Amino acid sequence: MISVALGLAYRQLTVLFKNPSLFLPPMLFPLMNFMSFAGGLSRLRHVPGFDFHSGYTAFTFVFVLLQSAAFGGVFAGFGIARDFEYGFARRLLVSAPQRSGLILGYALSALTRWAMIAIVLTTVALIGGMQVGGNGIDLFGMYALAMIFNIVGLLWACGVAMRFRSIQSGPLMQTPVFLLLFLSPVYVPLSLLTGWIHGVARVNPLTFLLEAGRGFIDGHPTQLAAAFGVSAALVVFFAFWARTGLARAERAG
Amino acid sequence: MARSDKVSRDAGIEVIGLVRRFKDVEAVAGIDLTISPGEIYGFLGPNGAGKSTTVHMLTTLLPPSAGRATVAGFDVVKQGSKVRASIGAALQEAALDPFLTGREHLRLGASLHGIRGTERKQLIERLLERVGLTTAGDRKVRTYSGGMKRRLDLALALIHDPSILFLDEPTTGLDPQSRSALWTEVARLAREEGVTVFLTTQYLEEADVLADRVGIIDHGHIVAEGTPGDLKAQIGKSTVEVVPENHDELGRLRELLLRFGEETAARPGAFAVQLNGKGELPSVIRALDTESLRAAEINLHQPTLDDVFLAKTGRTLEGAEEQA
Amino acid sequence: MSVIAHQVALIAQRSLVRTARQPGVWIPPLTFPLILMAVNSNGLKAATHLPGFPTNSFLAFFVPFSFMQGALFASAIAGTDLARDVDTGFLNRLALTPVRGAALLIGQVGGAVGLGTIQAVVYLAVALLAGVHIVAGIGGAVLILLLAILVATGFGTLGLWIALRTGSGEGVQSTFPLLFFLLLISSMNLPRNLIEVNWFRDLATINPVSYMIEAMRSLVISGWDTQALVLGFGFALALIGISLLLSARQLKVRMSRT
Repeated sequence: MISVALGLAYRQLTVLFKNPSLFLPPMLFPLMNFMSFAGGLSRLRHVPGFDFHSGYTAFTFVFVLLQSAAFGGVFAGFGIARDFEYGFARRLLVSAPQRSGLILGYALSALTRWAMIAIVLTTVALIGGMQVGGNGIDLFGMYALAMIFNIVGLLWACGVAMRFRSIQSGPLMQTPVFLLLFLSPVYVPLSLLTGWIHGVARVNPLTFLLEAGRGFIDGHPTQLAAAFGVSAALVVFFAFWARTGLARAERAG
Repeated sequence: MARSDKVSRDAGIEVIGLVRRFKDVEAVAGIDLTISPGEIYGFLGPNGAGKSTTVHMLTTLLPPSAGRATVAGFDVVKQGSKVRASIGAALQEAALDPFLTGREHLRLGASLHGIRGTERKQLIERLLERVGLTTAGDRKVRTYSGGMKRRLDLALALIHDPSILFLDEPTTGLDPQSRSALWTEVARLAREEGVTVFLTTQYLEEADVLADRVGIIDHGHIVAEGTPGDLKAQIGKSTVEVVPENHDELGRLRELLLRFGEETAARPGAFAVQLNGKGELPSVIRALDTESLRAAEINLHQPTLDDVFLAKTGRTLEGAEEQA
Repeated sequence: MSVIAHQVALIAQRSLVRTARQPGVWIPPLTFPLILMAVNSNGLKAATHLPGFPTNSFLAFFVPFSFMQGALFASAIAGTDLARDVDTGFLNRLALTPVRGAALLIGQVGGAVGLGTIQAVVYLAVALLAGVHIVAGIGGAVLILLLAILVATGFGTLGLWIALRTGSGEGVQSTFPLLFFLLLISSMNLPRNLIEVNWFRDLATINPVSYMIEAMRSLVISGWDTQALVLGFGFALALIGISLLLSARQLKVRMSRT
């Protein structure tokens, strides 16, 4: 299973690095969003009730980090759909002794790819003057949450790709993730949201991750049990979703 | 151009010293051609030989770097729009919009050529019927098979009743049945309607069956030209291949056959020679009989266009494909 | 109808038909800006508490963003379609007909304009239904639609230029983030005077997209502001002019028929 996973991950990353058009958009989008939010919206920290010590750049960094993680997984899902559409996935299904290794392989490549995006994003944020209140353990916690969210994104997209086996399913992979992201406290803390969006954000699982991540970078970890509990539940649920997707693909032949 | 303004069918294609360079590469290196009205001219060569570049220049899609060409009596550089009004072209890729129906393609093509109203409607139905797409006419092209796309492509090329038709590898990727149907229609156009056909192909059989004359292009140069029969006659040598009944007698068979010609490639367990002259086969059979050498199989191969290609370029067409 | 007008109509019709037959192409550009409008108008509502914020409805403030986003999507669609025509050889097929280069360009833009118009009408209708009051009245609403269509035309033509230059759908898609970046570094989320980061405010100030947004925004939240309108319409027309010029030159290179 491990050899299948490593072999597939190596192939995915090779394809990725040889095609800038596949590699650059997932890298550029978070950077552009980060610039737009941190540069254009920093005045929001003056809104009465905005209580975050490390500044607006750090506040928005956590969201963009999680966004890059989720979309890193989704972009990897595009690759899976492409493999099915062009028939390469059938070759994989035929040759892999342990087919679950395929999901693991796609997950490994998605994680590696996102790790690079995270490094670039963090470097840009630090150069841009981001304040970090948390210590090393806090930051480890923040990146761990983002990493788990990357896997959740990949498992979701993987399940969709294996059910539809067509690049046409791309919007279906993206749109729910986009909604999940933007129906959370993106620009201001949860307490400052009003109306229906407050109600939705309160029950949005991403809100727990976002609040915990912001707590980590601010040096005041908060809602850790809820955040890691929700993350674990999401991984289990979407692992099942991906595995049943693989089973469907196997049945489709 | 209005259909009433039809071009004459009295002029074919004249090409003198046509050259096309792409930076340092000379894709077409000074070719001369004369194609008569109503003739089917087969332009044969491997991928990358310069066939499509020549077609693009003759159809005004690509300006030549040097030389001169007239198509239907019009200069391809100075009278581009008149050339386009006289020609129809089905280029290498069946360039169709997958989201339009066959009928919509024809409607768009006819309208852009200034054909309107009842005349357009009747023309579209006639062409759909001719290429066998009447029932599929309202289906989107994305649902068409390769053969159907090629037939629609041909109908589109014919929409303004051109006097000269350019077909760039029209049967590549088609199944034998679709290929044969397309050959029949192309032959009919030339024989019954007097359309001049310039056909590029990498299939020897296609050129052999369809073309009145064949030009072989390699590395941008025309290396041979003539009717398929003449070209094969220039090579003139048949090949005989013999499989001995007893494998141990292969050495004796070799000695015997070398008296009649030069050794050439043969299957394992067989020996073959290119015969020195015509009518040598009976002599070979008599010699086998005289020397009590029993043959399990005797095959006589007539020269093909591939032999012509081999003789003119030193390579087989297949081998040239790999090098191209 | 003159020959060229007839050709423009034919090419535009084909462009619209092919887009209409691909729901996966037109549904996301139509709905995505609406979703973002709904989400951001609530998510960023707190911004209206900032001193100096020009309105107490963030939805009214944010509506022009949807028109801009729709125009960018229309640009990507027009570009991708033309790139596919180059890639598949359909452009060569058209080049062999008596179609004129100008008709081909304007017709292709016509597809983007058609989609842009539908989008603009839908966005405006949704905004009005959601309670946005256009201070400049009906005339203002008409002017917003007009500017939205001009912007879609400008970006649509820019998309054509990119398609003709790159000759591949992939090329157009990878350029799309750069165009989107123009939107992100504009005054889309806050008025320029409330942007406190200097480099961002400077970028937003030299970014023509800011002025297109501000012209539409002025009609929604403050009424008739001649300066904002002149700048907005001026930049939109300049974008159309420059993009047309670039596209026409590139078309000559791409369609080098004699």
